[in-house]
Amino acid sequence: MSANLSAFFYLISGILFILALRGLSSPETSRQGNYFGIAGMAISIIVTFLTVGNFGSGFIYVLFFLLIGGSIGAFIAFRIPMTAMPELVAGFHSLVGLAAVFVAIAAFLKPEAFNLGFTGNIKLASLIEMSLGASIGAITFSGSIIAFLKLRGIMSGAPITFTGQHFINLFLGLSIIFLIYYLCTSQSSNIFWTIVAISFLVGVLLIIPIGGADMPVVISMLNSYSGWAAAGIGFTLENTALIITGALVGSSGAILSYIMCKGMNRSFFNVILGGWGATDQSSTTQNKEQKPVKNGNADDAAFLMKNASSVIIVPGYGMAVAQAQHALREMVDALKKNGVKVSYAIHPVAGRMPGHMNVLLAEANVPYDEVFELEEINNDFANCDVAYVIGANDVTNPVAKSDPQSPIYGMPVLDVEKSKSVLFVKRSLSPGYAGIDNDLFYRDNTLMLFADAKKMTEEIVKSL
Amino acid sequence: MEIDPFIFRLSIFILSIFVGYYVVWSVTPSLHTPLMSVTNAISSVIIVGAIIAALAEVSESIFETSNIFGFLAIILAAVNIFGGFLVTQRMLQMYKKKKK
Repeated sequence: MSANLSAFFYLISGILFILALRGLSSPETSRQGNYFGIAGMAISIIVTFLTVGNFGSGFIYVLFFLLIGGSIGAFIAFRIPMTAMPELVAGFHSLVGLAAVFVAIAAFLKPEAFNLGFTGNIKLASLIEMSLGASIGAITFSGSIIAFLKLRGIMSGAPITFTGQHFINLFLGLSIIFLIYYLCTSQSSNIFWTIVAISFLVGVLLIIPIGGADMPVVISMLNSYSGWAAAGIGFTLENTALIITGALVGSSGAILSYIMCKGMNRSFFNVILGGWGATDQSSTTQNKEQKPVKNGNADDAAFLMKNASSVIIVPGYGMAVAQAQHALREMVDALKKNGVKVSYAIHPVAGRMPGHMNVLLAEANVPYDEVFELEEINNDFANCDVAYVIGANDVTNPVAKSDPQSPIYGMPVLDVEKSKSVLFVKRSLSPGYAGIDNDLFYRDNTLMLFADAKKMTEEIVKSL
Repeated sequence: MEIDPFIFRLSIFILSIFVGYYVVWSVTPSLHTPLMSVTNAISSVIIVGAIIAALAEVSESIFETSNIFGFLAIILAAVNIFGGFLVTQRMLQMYKKKKK
């Protein structure tokens, strides 16, 4: 296949990828969008085979490895529980990053195959592009591995910080840029390997200081990086499909990071430079005075909700941990039978990744038109009888509106306290990830339900 | 004077960032998780580079270092392509409207 014709087909795949993202503007069109994406991918792969035109023994190997990888991927996709989506996505990001590194290495070792010049005399622009692609890819890989370990709970979610951390990161970042410059003048393979090695290190150092609650930002950020790495490789290979995709994914991840940061009222750099938990813990331990709370049980909760005319459910990460979404759905069904109007309120940073709660509720067969975003539903709390907070904490803390001293001051929160009564399912009075006490626990209209989210919800279903 | 083809690619890149910006802002927040998994799947189009690397002409054996890196990248990207699209599909199947 001629280079011009294949470039045209790569452009078509790029457009199909745009349509795949466009489809996600509503659940109605999203499934069709996904097929566009699959079609784009199939076109890209087939066109590449036809362009290379080598159908010898190598082709068989390629198909073989493609099938191996494909079966592993399909197996994971069907087996993964929905609560594990954040770590799955982090894991997938690491694979894209590593694949980018491998392609860049292959291009560096064998530039003739990619039309980039010859070993020891690679075109200058290509050298910059491939080393950037390799570097960003390596950062994506090791960063995603750390994010994966933190999300999976293998590594503690607590931020790891040490003195001089930011200077070391800055120094390493600058040395990568310097080494890329040096690589261009020397073409030395040792320099190339050093760049890759330093980048792996930077990825680790970049993610370890970020705390568990900031994971939505981290995942979005790594999503963005994987896109820029793909774009870097796209420039090296002079491939439009890869350039378009890289730009799409890069900007998508960046926008999600922005939305997540805004959901926490923090700047992007504030998140990257280390978490809340580390700095604020000292202040919380000081003002730990015993305040009275109202303690309730499942029967109280069932009674309150049965006699309400409207209930708003506020799910958070605790719901995901307890796998309480199915029990929750049963509770809501029972309430609806009693003529109670029920809706769900989702904070932008509820859970461990953007949209995490929505997926879990969808899994439990909650219709998506009963699920609302913060801006859509926040005014409704004032007219609602019961707010049922399950597994959420910081995102409901009224302190964010009243106390300028609080680390979460200014963060948009759900106005849960405005509803007539609040049911707060929680295992203990311990503070949330921001490390601050929730004022809501001590309000007169709050009834604390101390239990595991799933168990409590199941008990409420029974007494309904 | 001729325009360097690099400039064309850069133009495509910058225009795509703009397209991405507007398209992603129109994605409904409830589908942000599928958005992440599908962007993950499509960024695996990097497999194109892996295939070229794996099939690069070599004198003696198909398993020269650069080819091996190509094959490894093919496996990684394939995990992502199949895993990413299928898990997205699985999630999207679950989004249903209220039964009237």
